[in-house]
Amino acid sequence: MMADQQAAASPQRRLSPRQRQRISRGIQYGVLLVIVVVLALLADWPAIKESFLSSKVAGEGLPQLFTVALKNTVIYTISGFIGGFAVGLLLALMRQSSVAPYRWIAAGYVEIFRGLPALLIFLMIGSLPLAFPGFQIPGEVYGQAALGLGVVSAAYMAETFRAGLQAVPKGQMEAARSLGMPHMRAMVSIVIPQAIRIVIPPLTNELVLLFKDSSLVLFLGVTATQVELAKFGNDQASTYANPTPILVSGLTYLLITIPLGYAARRLEARQGASR
Amino acid sequence: MSTVEIRNLHKSFGKLEVLKGIDFSVETGQVVCVIGPSGSGKSTLLRCVNLLEQPTSGQVFVDGIELTHPDVDIDAARRRLGMVFQQFNLFAHLTVLRNVTIAQERVLKRPRAEAVRIARENLEKVGLSEKADSYPAQLSGGQQQRVAIARALAMNPSLMLFDEPTSALDPELVGDVLQVMRRLAEDGMTMLVVTHEMGFAREVADRVVFMDQGVIVEDGPPAQVIAAPQHNRTREFLHRVLHPGD
Repeated sequence: MMADQQAAASPQRRLSPRQRQRISRGIQYGVLLVIVVVLALLADWPAIKESFLSSKVAGEGLPQLFTVALKNTVIYTISGFIGGFAVGLLLALMRQSSVAPYRWIAAGYVEIFRGLPALLIFLMIGSLPLAFPGFQIPGEVYGQAALGLGVVSAAYMAETFRAGLQAVPKGQMEAARSLGMPHMRAMVSIVIPQAIRIVIPPLTNELVLLFKDSSLVLFLGVTATQVELAKFGNDQASTYANPTPILVSGLTYLLITIPLGYAARRLEARQGASR
Repeated sequence: MSTVEIRNLHKSFGKLEVLKGIDFSVETGQVVCVIGPSGSGKSTLLRCVNLLEQPTSGQVFVDGIELTHPDVDIDAARRRLGMVFQQFNLFAHLTVLRNVTIAQERVLKRPRAEAVRIARENLEKVGLSEKADSYPAQLSGGQQQRVAIARALAMNPSLMLFDEPTSALDPELVGDVLQVMRRLAEDGMTMLVVTHEMGFAREVADRVVFMDQGVIVEDGPPAQVIAAPQHNRTREFLHRVLHPGD
């Protein structure tokens, strides 16, 4: 009202930045509201309730949703994470090595496996026995999943660890060496533990990514007991000819990824504050 | 007997020659302070003594063992040398006690109980036994530096190297660290100290070495080098340090 009166009192006067901001925001809210209303009018609500929110179909998935699908998803994720952690740390150390071929191997690995779609890696793993006749990855699908997820995440974690190792002040190594520790001992006891602390937030984010990528295990061809969340949802959806289980799987992913993401941001903030 | 002997030491970083032929020695039980303007090479000299910097040429002897010899086990040799850094360099992820025990256990292979006992003795010596369970970030700079001294002492070094140990400290914290170093000198520790603390050099040092542009300009008892310097460069430097702002 006051703005109106002022505008009326001096029609030549241009709008203040604050007034312009208020008008622009009002327009944005208006557009948003229109979109929501249009979508709501276009949607077939009874059909949505029937297809996506069928409590009967959702109930059919219990308790296997948690006891089989979520459990397997967690197993694939953790085993891939452990593999990726170990190989990623090794690659990061190789990258810093004074031995040039180690540096080349590590750099090459990172470039190749960050540049490939994870799906392609999983398809390749199925073909490994063709290259090495008689070769079997131990642990069946569990071993293959750990390998696939480990190979991909190692490339990303190598870069994360490299940044972490570089962030440890040079004086830490010098102090350790001046106490008579050999280089390797100083790395293991002094530098690596501090680097790992530094990279805990980004590693938590990597864990979230891996948790979602574990859905690729479905391309390895899994049995009913090896099924993970995405395939479980998909299978249930086709069994009951109703997509509700896919939505349920999605919510189950979020049950894990949102708290993990929150934890990562909290850790990041705390680390930022303590520096 | 000499604890440290340095012969014709040269050190270059690329084309920059930082040390241009250093000869000097530290007798057992002596305290030698190295003074000089920044960029004079005094810190590099100290870091060459325990081979944190690899000398370009020349020899370094500690307890009669040539550290610069290609066959020498440098990790074993470094155990004879305690080093205290300008930036303290305490291990940030370990408690104060663990900072002082870890090298005893990993390097000297002392059993945990013995390492802890020796650590507590040395923390007592620097007046910080009550901080044993704190982390470095919870301590003031002066306290961190005293822990760093305890950490070095726990290895029973025959020589302590101090690289500007008070330069990163707030002025009111300098006194505690110097007090610890003074007591160490009284106990007969052999010390090589790079410092800007002229008061400490005058009172505690047996010898003062003045370095400038990579060479030793003057070397003698503090009464001579600080109170009655022979060289113009020494006089100019001391004047700048003792009467800043003139």
